[in-house]
Amino acid sequence: MVENRPIATFVSHLVILLGIALVAFPIWVTFVAASHTELRVNQVPMPLVPGDQFWVNLKAAFTEGVGNAKEQSIGIMLFNSMVMALMIAVGKIAISLLSAFAIVYFRFPFRMGFFWMIFITLMLPVEVRILPTFEVVADFGMLNNYFGLSIPLIASATATFMFRQVFLTVPDEMLEAARIDGAGPMRFFKDILVPLSRTNIAALFVILFIYGWNQYLWPLLVTTDKDMYTIVMGIKQMLEAAEESPEWHLIMMTTLLAMLPPVIVVVTMQKLFVRGLTETEK
Amino acid sequence: MLKRVHFKPSVLPYLLVAPQIFVTIVFFIWPAGQALFQSVLVQDPFGLSTKFVWLDNFVALFKDSRYLDTFGRTIFFSFSVAALSMVSALALAAMADRVVRFATTYRTLLIWPYAVAPIVAGALWMFMFDPTLGIIAYMLDGFGYEWNHRLNGGQAMLLVIIAAAWKQVSYNFLFFLAGMQAIPKSMYEAAAIDGAGPARRFWTITFPLISPTTFFLLVINVVYAFFETFGIIHAITKGGPGNATEILVFKVYNDGFIGLDLGGSAAQSVILMFIVIALTVIQFRYIERRVEY
Repeated sequence: MVENRPIATFVSHLVILLGIALVAFPIWVTFVAASHTELRVNQVPMPLVPGDQFWVNLKAAFTEGVGNAKEQSIGIMLFNSMVMALMIAVGKIAISLLSAFAIVYFRFPFRMGFFWMIFITLMLPVEVRILPTFEVVADFGMLNNYFGLSIPLIASATATFMFRQVFLTVPDEMLEAARIDGAGPMRFFKDILVPLSRTNIAALFVILFIYGWNQYLWPLLVTTDKDMYTIVMGIKQMLEAAEESPEWHLIMMTTLLAMLPPVIVVVTMQKLFVRGLTETEK
Repeated sequence: MLKRVHFKPSVLPYLLVAPQIFVTIVFFIWPAGQALFQSVLVQDPFGLSTKFVWLDNFVALFKDSRYLDTFGRTIFFSFSVAALSMVSALALAAMADRVVRFATTYRTLLIWPYAVAPIVAGALWMFMFDPTLGIIAYMLDGFGYEWNHRLNGGQAMLLVIIAAAWKQVSYNFLFFLAGMQAIPKSMYEAAAIDGAGPARRFWTITFPLISPTTFFLLVINVVYAFFETFGIIHAITKGGPGNATEILVFKVYNDGFIGLDLGGSAAQSVILMFIVIALTVIQFRYIERRVEY
């Protein structure tokens, strides 16, 4: 603070609080809707203070299901989302660590060719190659399973670049020392490089978990079997059903459940999250 | 780029890059090649024969006024989302940079929308603006303004812009705040001694010094609005009413999966690919060197 201006400081706090209120308002409305009976939510105007049906609705969402999604349970959808998010995050980190290691620590023909090939993936988001990628996955028989959901998304140029940067800052003496002690490449990788990049791995994991959990277009294409639906897709089904039977109290409960895991990850691992964001610029 | 000390040449490096390269070729490069290939073909309605037609698919696209409208709409949508979310984030960051107390708490309360899935964000805003039930639609009605984004294209567009911008505010906020905190305090002190008030200091010191961040964020936000807002639009409007909120990515999906126009959809994919490549080049050429974090 350069000078003491109590009024300006007060105004700053006020503006931020107003901003927070605006940002949080949709969630508040969701929470309120999830805590009332169907009858009350469908009455205009909607209430703005929470009701007492929160736990009842939570139980109903898990046991009865919602709208079109009646047949499949929310528990299964949450489980599918979790598996997909973890597979994408762990898969991306694993293959990126390995390829960054190869590119930084080995000299071999086509090294730069591989590097550029990985770089190109940056320019090919799922959205621009929807149909042909779908065909490839269908040919591999990977529709309606966890591999089809995650593997086509796990190539990662940003993660590879990030690990490359990290490895480049590791002093050469480390490698020399490891070699004198008779450590082979994989030993060096496992005992020195991976431990040294621990924080980067954690930061990246936070970002990638959110990325994986929130995938929508891709699961929408490759899953037709209700048992493979993710929670994010389930919400879409419910919104469609809402036009006929507006069970908004349950839909909003499911919406809360769908955003809870990634939000908890961001809030509890805030430092890692900010670090991951600025490092990968994603 | 490369270490001075290496491991001995062997097959090991090939094995190490193999998984990444396999995924890249099979799920990225091959399908992209397919898209390029299909974009110069026309298939008959029964899928029995295909014909090579040079660039006819592209010519047809650019002659199609509906496609050109979609193009213009996407640009309008992207820049509106970028402007709305960046201006709000800049204001919040400027205020957060001033206050010392509660700074961390404020940050926590502002960053979480980043974690919300686009489709979930869509569901939230759709519910609040629901013409019959929504709380905001009700309030607007109280002011004598009739809200129905299911019928009114302009309102539908406004709603998807707000929902998309809402989700991006946290990202912009974090980067603006980081940019502002990197500015040395002595500059502000010198300006204050010369009699510049907070507003003047903001416009003559903060704003110019964070311009690299602003430019970087502009590119990122445009990319976001182009490619990552599919879920929001699919949830709220499905591109409607009419085509009022149909953006390019949505049209690729619609024409390819719903309309099954393979050549046309592939040609659109190829155009999108060029847009991504252009944006990536801008990002790497002009930004990487000037912005430091």
